[in-house]
Amino acid sequence: MEFASLSLFNQAIILFAALALFMSFIMLAQARMMPLIFTFAWQGLLLTVVSVLVAITSGHPELHISAAITFCLKVVVIPWLLYRLSVKLNMQYDAEAITHPTLLLLGGVALVIFSYHVSQSIVHLSGLATRNTIAVSMAIELLGMLLMIARKSAVAQVIGFMSMESGIFFAAVVSTYGMPLIVELGLAFDILVASILFGVFFFHLKDSFGSLNVGQFNRLSEANQSMPTADAAAPAPGEHA
Amino acid sequence: MTLLEITLLIPLLGGLFLALVGHRPIAGWINIAVGMMTFGAALAMALEVFDHGPQLSPSRMFYIDAFNVYLVVLTAFVGLTTSIFSRPYMRHEVERGRVTDRRLRLYHAMYQCFLFSMLLALSTNNLGVLWIGMELATLTTVLLVSLYRTPEAIEAAWKYFILCGVGIAQALFGTVLIYFAAETKFGAGRNDTLLWTVLHESAGGMDPAVITLAFVFLLVGYGTKVGLVPLHNWLPDAHSEGPTPMSAVLSGLLLNVALYALVRVKMLVDGSLHTNLAGHLMMGFGLLSFTVAGLFLHRQHDVKRMFSYSSIEHMGLITFGFGMGGPLATFGALLHMTVHSLTKSAIFITVGHACQLAGTQRISHIRGLIRTQPAIGWGLLLGTVAIAGFPPFGVFISEFLLLMATMKDWPWLTIPLLIGFGVAFAGLFRHMQQMVFGEPPPGQKPVAANMLPVVVHLLLVLWLGLAIPGFLSRWFEQATVLITGASPL
Repeated sequence: MEFASLSLFNQAIILFAALALFMSFIMLAQARMMPLIFTFAWQGLLLTVVSVLVAITSGHPELHISAAITFCLKVVVIPWLLYRLSVKLNMQYDAEAITHPTLLLLGGVALVIFSYHVSQSIVHLSGLATRNTIAVSMAIELLGMLLMIARKSAVAQVIGFMSMESGIFFAAVVSTYGMPLIVELGLAFDILVASILFGVFFFHLKDSFGSLNVGQFNRLSEANQSMPTADAAAPAPGEHA
Repeated sequence: MTLLEITLLIPLLGGLFLALVGHRPIAGWINIAVGMMTFGAALAMALEVFDHGPQLSPSRMFYIDAFNVYLVVLTAFVGLTTSIFSRPYMRHEVERGRVTDRRLRLYHAMYQCFLFSMLLALSTNNLGVLWIGMELATLTTVLLVSLYRTPEAIEAAWKYFILCGVGIAQALFGTVLIYFAAETKFGAGRNDTLLWTVLHESAGGMDPAVITLAFVFLLVGYGTKVGLVPLHNWLPDAHSEGPTPMSAVLSGLLLNVALYALVRVKMLVDGSLHTNLAGHLMMGFGLLSFTVAGLFLHRQHDVKRMFSYSSIEHMGLITFGFGMGGPLATFGALLHMTVHSLTKSAIFITVGHACQLAGTQRISHIRGLIRTQPAIGWGLLLGTVAIAGFPPFGVFISEFLLLMATMKDWPWLTIPLLIGFGVAFAGLFRHMQQMVFGEPPPGQKPVAANMLPVVVHLLLVLWLGLAIPGFLSRWFEQATVLITGASPL
């Protein structure tokens, strides 16, 4: 399909979707916490814009509701929560060392190519104008997962998780003009509860481990289970019930 | 208001009420009362379905057929018996100072909300709501896994949250793809294309390429919650670090619900593809989980962890059975779901008391249970005998059925299956003997224990092993016909 032959609205949709995908790459490479949170908010804003554009061009006014949900959750509530928690836990200037950044970004590129390859077989079925962006939504989802796998900081993992959700929400918007309303509301509720629980966990992690680096988790790995540990001789009172 | 809506509302309202009064001494009793009402309503609804056949609620939001009705009753039943166990157990934990008033309130509220989310996932007709119910089940239990606030518990809960969150997000993507396939078939503008009944009727017309892709995502997603290897890492942690009543309902019920979701989806996929791709994938993952978990049983030092691996093993076997897909295999898998859930929750209840008795979860420190408190010792021994698949317990019958089905359709797979049974059996009993018999450490005193749930569960499993009652076998048969299109009898 010729890009220039599309209507201006559709061109704008593709442009903003591509920018949202670009944000995923920035997040992959961004080591500092604050810019990471802001990039996530920007991605949410871009996806909101795409949803509004789709709502206007497709004549599906109910898509405005999903745009509003995306805006509230992904641009306002979750970034604000994460920002406040980072300030409260005094880690707004923290940065984590990203191991093998080049490899990570190349992996991201590979995932984008993979999403285009996979969605090629299904895109032709759709008659929607937005079908070109199905691959983008899948790529955003997979890049979010890559972010979670590659990072050791709890904040980055939460951002990756939420970015995955954004990708899926976006997939629903561009492939089917949104899920049924009850499902969308349920999803929004689940994500809201999840983000609050994540906040609760930040405090627990800080209390128990002194930082939000989950890379130091090693108490429960199978490799450790077989080794008789020091507490094996005399279990501390209240260690296990 | 239909009986089903009442069944769903009772635990939800009970959870909200317990959020206010859950720390009072009477909360344990309220929890039991709510569980009893839920079970009563579920039973009444089951009788109605038994008389009148499958029911679709007027709004078409809920659908009850032979497959999910017995899981609803089972969930309500195990929810009730576990709440009976949880009352003295949690009181003991409060006395030991491991649980504060606030956390007790959280525990009671979330216990009922968790039951609500499972019942919602089981009874809904909408694939999107099914997903929401599954995610809600994670969200309600994640704070219970970390209830004790030890570093181990926090680590386990975080792992549970992140892994299940990621996994279940894949399932959501799969659901979106199914919706996409349905929309391209029906055209946009209908709002009922995510309803299971609508999808199932017209599964044949959906595009195979999209459905295949969707199933892969759904298998990874719901498979994570079932605990299929290699997506099982969260399961032993989450099941072993939380309070024991939670372990009992997680192992006994949540895994079943996730598997239920997977089988529902498989029915759609089979209707669309006309090949056994979904079945083969499930067989592969199931057999892998069965084998790997059986091996891991041998290297466990924590008794709750050990039984969590046993859950993975049994879930693998059931997934394998549903994957084979013949009437006999499906019948066996349905029966195995029931007996596993009854036996495993009974075992976790006993293990909970045993751990309070010994003051630790480490296998090497639990000794001489029979001498100190015979009820707990015998309960653990008989439960393990039952779960290892000894006759005359029901697990033997279902495993035997699955083995026969394998012999019929995939003769060479009986070899890994038989080896797996042997490995798992050895893994369980190498630890059991010292825990149950042996010399009790000096000063080990009996604890307040309510063994009624264990007795009831094990008697039911024994009954199912000796003779499956007529109404139950009719239900299983109807469910088998529903899933495979053929009757095993």
